[in-house]
Amino acid sequence: MWRYIRRRLLLAVLTFWAVSTIVWGLLYLTGDPVAVLLAGTPAGQTDVDQLRRALGFDQPLPIQYLNFLSGAVQGDLGNSLRSGEPALLLVSRRIGFTVELALLAMTLALAVSIPVGIVSAMFRGSLTDRTLMLLSMVGQSMPIFWVGLLMIAVFAVELRWFPAGGAGGIKYLFLPAATLALYPMARIARLVRSSLVDVLNQDYILAARARGLREALVVGKHALKNAALPVVTIVGLQFGYMLGGAVITETIFGWPGIGLFTVTAIHERDFPVVQAAVVLASGMFIALNFLVDLLYGWLDPRIRFS
Amino acid sequence: MHEPLLLQVEDLRVEFPTPKGSVRAADGVSFRVWPGEILGLVGESGCGKSVTTLALLRLVRLPGRISSGRILFKGSDVLMLPEREMRLLRGGEMAMIFQNPMTALDPVFTVGDQIAEVFQAHPNLRTGDVRTAAAAILERVRIPNAKAQVNAYPHQFSGGMAQRVMIGMGVAGRPSLLIADEPTTALDVSVQAQILDLLRAIRTELHTAIIFITHDLAITAQLCDRIVVMYAGQVVESSSTRDLFRAPRHPYTRGLLDSMPRLGQKRVRLEQIPGQPPDLGALPMGCRFAPRCPRAEARCRAEEPILAPSGDAREVRCHFPLEAP
Amino acid sequence: MTALEATQPGPVRELTGRRLARFRSGDLLVVIAFLVLALIVTCALIPATLAPHPPNQQEITQRLLPPSWMARGDSKHLLGTDQLGRDLFSRVIHGARISLIVGFSALLISGIVGVAIGLLAGYYRGWLDDWVMRLADVQLAIPYVLLAIAIIAVIGPSTVNVVLVLAVNGWVVYARLARGQALSLREREFIQAYRALGASDWRIVLQHILPNLLSAVIVVASLELAGIITLESSLSFLGLGIQPPTVSWGYMLADGRTYLLGGAWWVVTFPGLAITATILSINVLADWLRDVLDPRLKI
Repeated sequence: MWRYIRRRLLLAVLTFWAVSTIVWGLLYLTGDPVAVLLAGTPAGQTDVDQLRRALGFDQPLPIQYLNFLSGAVQGDLGNSLRSGEPALLLVSRRIGFTVELALLAMTLALAVSIPVGIVSAMFRGSLTDRTLMLLSMVGQSMPIFWVGLLMIAVFAVELRWFPAGGAGGIKYLFLPAATLALYPMARIARLVRSSLVDVLNQDYILAARARGLREALVVGKHALKNAALPVVTIVGLQFGYMLGGAVITETIFGWPGIGLFTVTAIHERDFPVVQAAVVLASGMFIALNFLVDLLYGWLDPRIRFS
Repeated sequence: MHEPLLLQVEDLRVEFPTPKGSVRAADGVSFRVWPGEILGLVGESGCGKSVTTLALLRLVRLPGRISSGRILFKGSDVLMLPEREMRLLRGGEMAMIFQNPMTALDPVFTVGDQIAEVFQAHPNLRTGDVRTAAAAILERVRIPNAKAQVNAYPHQFSGGMAQRVMIGMGVAGRPSLLIADEPTTALDVSVQAQILDLLRAIRTELHTAIIFITHDLAITAQLCDRIVVMYAGQVVESSSTRDLFRAPRHPYTRGLLDSMPRLGQKRVRLEQIPGQPPDLGALPMGCRFAPRCPRAEARCRAEEPILAPSGDAREVRCHFPLEAP
Repeated sequence: MTALEATQPGPVRELTGRRLARFRSGDLLVVIAFLVLALIVTCALIPATLAPHPPNQQEITQRLLPPSWMARGDSKHLLGTDQLGRDLFSRVIHGARISLIVGFSALLISGIVGVAIGLLAGYYRGWLDDWVMRLADVQLAIPYVLLAIAIIAVIGPSTVNVVLVLAVNGWVVYARLARGQALSLREREFIQAYRALGASDWRIVLQHILPNLLSAVIVVASLELAGIITLESSLSFLGLGIQPPTVSWGYMLADGRTYLLGGAWWVVTFPGLAITATILSINVLADWLRDVLDPRLKI
């Protein structure tokens, strides 16, 4: 188990370093980062040169990279071009909102999808099963921005149960969380069903029945625990995607998380902020995946004791 | 054979619906098991031997179903039992072990836990502490360091050891009948011998009858008292082991024997039975073995033979059974 | 055969492995999905013929008319009009084209590039394989929406750039598939036999490894298409994708958002419905394709 943990940790750190490098490199995609930063603004050659020198883009590339690395290690990912404040600081102030949103969304998703998946698997082939899975497929097919807008149209405009946007108390959190929850809810329901169906076909389930166990025990103890393993991984992944910026949901509802902040920064061409946001979000995603790996390793005895 | 019959299967039919109609995986299967005897159930893949034994425990998986027949276990018809009593029977008086212990043991629970389940499901097995009882079972099947191994997981055992664990689980309920579905097929030959020894010991110590399913006739010679040969969903021959090997009556049995390599045999090439078993959804008229039988005649292709007594405690399903040599 | 396989005896297993001619409710769904997709493709092919109005024709006097069946509706504008008086029905029809073109282009590029990279990595192994897989892992560690919008932020929003970003987003799954296949086949005897006979690597890869891959790639591609279209419309919604005057469903939703609060729900509902219908049909057909080609594929 310890070897497993060590390896995963090393991988996580290396991946994070590589991601930071790639994000740093994004600015150079079109060749001249200064051109990218100044695109659309009227700037004379002197302005361009000035900016280039000020931001260190006139140095040789390896030096630029080293500067970036040394800064990054100290938590300095540049300053916002708009406000001058440290980009990383600005972004990390918003992370809490996104985490809050993602947590509620995932809770909602799991609360619905797990029972649905189990029921579908247990009554495989029945009308209930087929209806639930069809609904799941529809849920997975609805683009999230449409779902959000529909939620607003129905619950905010028509029924006036919830506000259409902004932040405040849980009232403001509910619609965005419900919107964000729909896709994972559908995906996880289908996954729970297929995982459970797979497991129920396994030899050890038949052997458990042959031992005289009650069906409730066979399913509740043996089937569920085995079926949970792949579900845990996907749930972690989905949660990571949510953290990764719930970009659209936040945009629609004006929820002040890092997703909305990033989109605003893009429209304002504030690249250091964009970079900081992507690095931070990726870092959290990588950390989350690492934790999920640990959890999986602990749950599966084949990994825990090997 | 002084005690009353342990198991009597009468005309068992197990059907599976398919898009092309119902298929009978077991078609009128009948045989007997005496207390404490080891019965070999032999046949090729698809002949219905596994389905038959699953039916004994009423574990035939949907959409398959037992459509007719009687299964008399200690005098009462298993097919008539309420589910609650059936559950007590499973793992208790009648138990089953499977071919691949690595897949038949739940990988996420300890072996002790799984053995303990047998005790928990059968309240009549008064044991006290289930952990100790489980360790005792492991000792019984000669797993070294049993007390510690109770907390081990299936993947930590070798194939042979895991099979012992499964056998242990099977006998934890002190069954009168143990169904062993190809328990040695997935194991090395050296380990096979140990498992067979273990099964013999179980028969002796617990007076447990064993139905030993296999496609390998050679193993039955070492282990079984009597043999039932199945083909295409039917019993085609049943006899004592000795009589079967000395003088098989059914041409299929003869074919199986001929395809076995034997010590001291001068022949270099093994005889194979030509052809394939029939498609159960498209059975030929008459005897099911006729298309592959070297002795088939017109009557064989027209009329299906019935399982009839043929000498001393023997039965054969053939119009022209082989004569004694 | 063991008790465990004995749930269905040998010859019977083959029969029930595939869907047969029996008509089931699941099949009805597939037919509907096919018809819907055919309709959408038709809209993409001949929008001008099908649409009653030019999509960008503004008529301020006719702005924000509700669908024709409602109180203030006008029969000339079946689904109503948007804030500039443009006919919604025509715009929805025209929007199909760009979504499908971008979607298929991205699919093609990511598929071809991904499979090529994967085959090379799996067949030649060594440092190429290592670096490709590491690159894939690193890319996957960045939440894909953020990555997409960050790249667009740098290279600028345009239709071509959207295709590029979508292709970059999608290559990994094909690469992994192709690599897996190449890895498992390269050790097989028949490949080694061909090698011994002097066949060039190109021939081996193209003639022997690639065909085995085809059905899996098709299934994966069909499943991916839905995601691509979703991402494209999301980017357009954020203003970072297809730019006006090209009509795109995503942008229509973004555009109409403000008027939603004023009660003009149709501006947002119908384009969204179009996207959903497209994605849903693709998903249904992709599942059906997987069942038909190989139900055993664990994809």
